[in-house]
Amino acid sequence: MKISVEVNGQTYSHDVEPRLLLVHYLRESCGLTGTNIGCDTSSCGACTVHLNGESVKSCTMLAVQADGQQVTTIEGLATGDELHPMQQAFHENHALQCGYCTPGMVMAAVSLIDEIPNPTEQDVRIGLEGNLCRCTGYHNIVKAVLAYAEGGAK
Amino acid sequence: MIPVAFEYARAGSVDEALSLLGEHGDDAKLLAGGHSLLPLMKLRLAAPAMLVDIGRLNELSYIRDAGDHVAIGALTRHRDIEISDVLAQHAPLLSHTAEHVGDNQVRHRGTIGGSVSHADPASDLPATLLAMGATLVARSASGERTIAATDFFTGFLESALEPTELLTEIRVPKLNGAGWGFQKFNRRAQDWAIVGVSAWKGANGSGVALVNMGSTPVRASAVEAALASGASAADAAEHAADGLEPPADLNASPEYRRHLAKVLVRRALEAAGA
Repeated sequence: MKISVEVNGQTYSHDVEPRLLLVHYLRESCGLTGTNIGCDTSSCGACTVHLNGESVKSCTMLAVQADGQQVTTIEGLATGDELHPMQQAFHENHALQCGYCTPGMVMAAVSLIDEIPNPTEQDVRIGLEGNLCRCTGYHNIVKAVLAYAEGGAK
Repeated sequence: MIPVAFEYARAGSVDEALSLLGEHGDDAKLLAGGHSLLPLMKLRLAAPAMLVDIGRLNELSYIRDAGDHVAIGALTRHRDIEISDVLAQHAPLLSHTAEHVGDNQVRHRGTIGGSVSHADPASDLPATLLAMGATLVARSASGERTIAATDFFTGFLESALEPTELLTEIRVPKLNGAGWGFQKFNRRAQDWAIVGVSAWKGANGSGVALVNMGSTPVRASAVEAALASGASAADAAEHAADGLEPPADLNASPEYRRHLAKVLVRRALEAAGA
């Protein structure tokens, strides 16, 4: 089936099998490997991207479901060499250890702050429950998201 | 994990979806948000030959005040239920339940109609619809019918829906100020409930239903009867597992689930002011 998906502002068109998952489409057809595959069972959140501005798990969506829609991946956040303020907040607060969960964590966090602009620490912890960090680096991740919400990241 | 190959058609209208279902019958499955169906297909526990994508039928995504009840389109997402002002006012038990389904990402995609049609006894929303005495509206090429939530869940992942029917609307009676409580016990934040309870109690009655206490979501009729005869929350909760045969799995034995049901029903009823 022919699909066209706007990914990070650029239109990609491919002929795909209906069973192709969005995460494989992004990584293999579009060459955007910033989105990681973790558990592949919609538990860990490593594959989180934005669909029309909202966080979704791209391992639990078919590429054909994204036909004609807007997708943003971690590659689409920064402006040139300038990090997105959420990425900057993660950087400044040492909100990563191995880094595997980070792209999904950042995408989930940006979507969360869109919905709850002034979150409490509890809001952030609950809001990121769909993203697992095997290094258990949650403390600094929460700190980074709160810093971003408070406008603390440069 | 990659699903078995299938054919895919995107329905542009309810009628088109129904005609595709009529054509392919049992071989076809409806795809809404996909958050129950796609995981099963990836694990190859389900392998439909045809997926009819109804995810873009926006006419089935709405929440309307309809007098004595709230009418919810089957394609309304959990997220939209969670933040609905109409539901916050008239059916806060339902919006609160939606808030506990999966995680943010899941709630951005999953739909109430999908969750209900999937008929998983471990899902949260079916129990709340049972407790509230909701009515489900199903459409097929030959017309429309209504099904009481109490008649809808017929077995493990089985519902009263025919292969050629599409669930279009969920009608939830207003709580009219009745107290309510929702309890979900799980080990990890985003997991299914090991046991869950949805309950309300008002001047004219009560409704109590349980998550993951049998092969279908179930009403705790013995608890409701005890409340009707004036029992306290604690006394009524002692009947939470009466007549039920909860499953055994990695997380819990049947005995442990029976214990949890009693504790959680008591907490839910206390929150409901019983």
